[in-house]
Amino acid sequence: MLKFILRRLIALPLVLLGVSFFLFLLSSNLPPETRAALYVKDAKQLSSLQEVIDKYDLNAPVLVQYGRWLGKIVKGDLGYSESAGMPVSQAIKSYFPATAQLAVVTIILVLFFGLLFGILAAINKGKFIDKILRFISLSGFSLPLFVLGLILLMIFYGKYHLFSPGEYSLSADLIINGPGFKNYTGFSLIDALLNLNFYVFFDVLNHLVLPALTLCFGSFALQMQVMRSSLIEELSKDYITAARARGLSETRVILNHAVRNALIPALTLASIQFIRLLGGTVIVETVFDYNGLGRFGVECARQLDIAGILGFSLVVAFLFVFGNLVADILYRVCDPRIRLK
Amino acid sequence: MRVIKQLLQNKTSLTGLVFIALFGLTALLAPFLAKPQNPQDSYKMPQASYEIEPMHPSQTHLFGTTENQYDLYYGVIWGARLAFKISLIVVFFAVIIGVLIGGLAGYKGGIIDEVLMRLTDIVFAVPSMVLAMVIAALLGRGMLNMLLALTVVAWPSYARLIRGEVLKIKELDYVASARAMGAGGLHIFFRHIFPNALSPLIIMAGLDMGYIVLTASSLSFLGLGVPAGTADWGQLVALSRNWILGTYGNPFAYWYTLIFPGGALVLFVLSWNLLGDGLRDILDPKSNIR
Repeated sequence: MLKFILRRLIALPLVLLGVSFFLFLLSSNLPPETRAALYVKDAKQLSSLQEVIDKYDLNAPVLVQYGRWLGKIVKGDLGYSESAGMPVSQAIKSYFPATAQLAVVTIILVLFFGLLFGILAAINKGKFIDKILRFISLSGFSLPLFVLGLILLMIFYGKYHLFSPGEYSLSADLIINGPGFKNYTGFSLIDALLNLNFYVFFDVLNHLVLPALTLCFGSFALQMQVMRSSLIEELSKDYITAARARGLSETRVILNHAVRNALIPALTLASIQFIRLLGGTVIVETVFDYNGLGRFGVECARQLDIAGILGFSLVVAFLFVFGNLVADILYRVCDPRIRLK
Repeated sequence: MRVIKQLLQNKTSLTGLVFIALFGLTALLAPFLAKPQNPQDSYKMPQASYEIEPMHPSQTHLFGTTENQYDLYYGVIWGARLAFKISLIVVFFAVIIGVLIGGLAGYKGGIIDEVLMRLTDIVFAVPSMVLAMVIAALLGRGMLNMLLALTVVAWPSYARLIRGEVLKIKELDYVASARAMGAGGLHIFFRHIFPNALSPLIIMAGLDMGYIVLTASSLSFLGLGVPAGTADWGQLVALSRNWILGTYGNPFAYWYTLIFPGGALVLFVLSWNLLGDGLRDILDPKSNIR
């Protein structure tokens, strides 16, 4: 177990190194004027482009440039993002809380619907409910989130005025950025509670509903399928027959015995899905004008803001690789059969 | 033959097949269903005028027009052709690269295996949508660059799949006996190993067809895929974005700008998933516990 963790921990920086080199290589065919933003800290420096190009020798061989860039990255200096108008590291810090909030709400919804439907499908295996649920999960895989998001907006924003796009409304924005509202954490939901401002709290929550539902629809299907097949497998095991033979009620057999064991793969999947959500809900954040990390990434990509693109993808890769490792370890810790091997 | 018969008997895959056949027919007959207006590039959608506001469906514009007066009927029809073009090209190259690299890694083992598999790790380290977006952005907007980005994201799954199959199969007795009879490495791989790895490959490719179109249209939706004005479902959906609120008193006034291209995309992806799902039931004996 320790050996496994150690091996993976060593592999982690190697993979990230590979990712960074691949992306840097791709970007190196862009003109030096575009790449200068990777090396500066503010917009002022960019006004004297030629100076930056000379100083960092942007016409040097790729490997030399990569080494120099890597040295800055390791120190946490990701360059200056022109589209956000601030250093990349600062931009990522300021956009991350909004995405994290969205991810938390989404994963709660995914777990609720995924587990509920998965259990329903498993205990009704082969029956009508199972078939309906299988079709729903297939459509969850097939429905492009931007189409679903726009349809939801058309109905609940256009017709019923219940929810609107954005991170919060204009009036909430005035309060949050106004005097008397303290930004303790940067997470608007938590800050609103700490300030005891329930208007802002419910406003933010209201804006989370549609993007979270859309994201949930894209993720719950996998959760449901995993739960379904792992529960079916558990239900066919001897200890279930034994529990039934002892005269336990079917509800107890299913909930107390089978579901408990079937939860392990489902929860592992949920942790991976959560990391995925943290790192890039690019499509949904764009559809709903939600000011998070994903939308920042899209804006950088659209405007060829190279420091932003590289910084964003590196952060996403880090979250992703690290999250997968954590999920892997969790899975091994939770499952005694794997732990003891 | 057995597979085809079973596919036709399975309701799920039959539904998928019927829709795919309809889309395929639409794609093939696109020049007759919607006459190309631009002699250089048939995928370029004709613009009725330079007004911005979409026009309702009518005799001249069957599905109406979207923002900037692009004809929706033309866009949906040629979009089907583009969807097949994109997915076939990307799957084709992804399978070739994946089979070569995965086969080499699994068959040779050792340091070659290690290096090649670390390459796949790098691609898997970034969510595929994000990676495709970043590659497309760095290479610049355009059809060829988008296809490249999609292929880079798609091949590692095939490589890993083939590698796993090769590792499994190469230890079997009949491969050993072929080797004992003096067969060469290439012969053994293509004659004895590859045919046995074929069915999981087909399932994966089938499921990928829809998924690749989904990713491609997402890129176009973000403005990083095909050039502006190309008949692409994702781009048409993006054009509908400013019109989802409708007019005062009629919130769904411009429904057609979203529903026609969006519906085509949903149906296309769904039918490939239905087919893939059916294929998995038939070709993968383990899935009988489903």
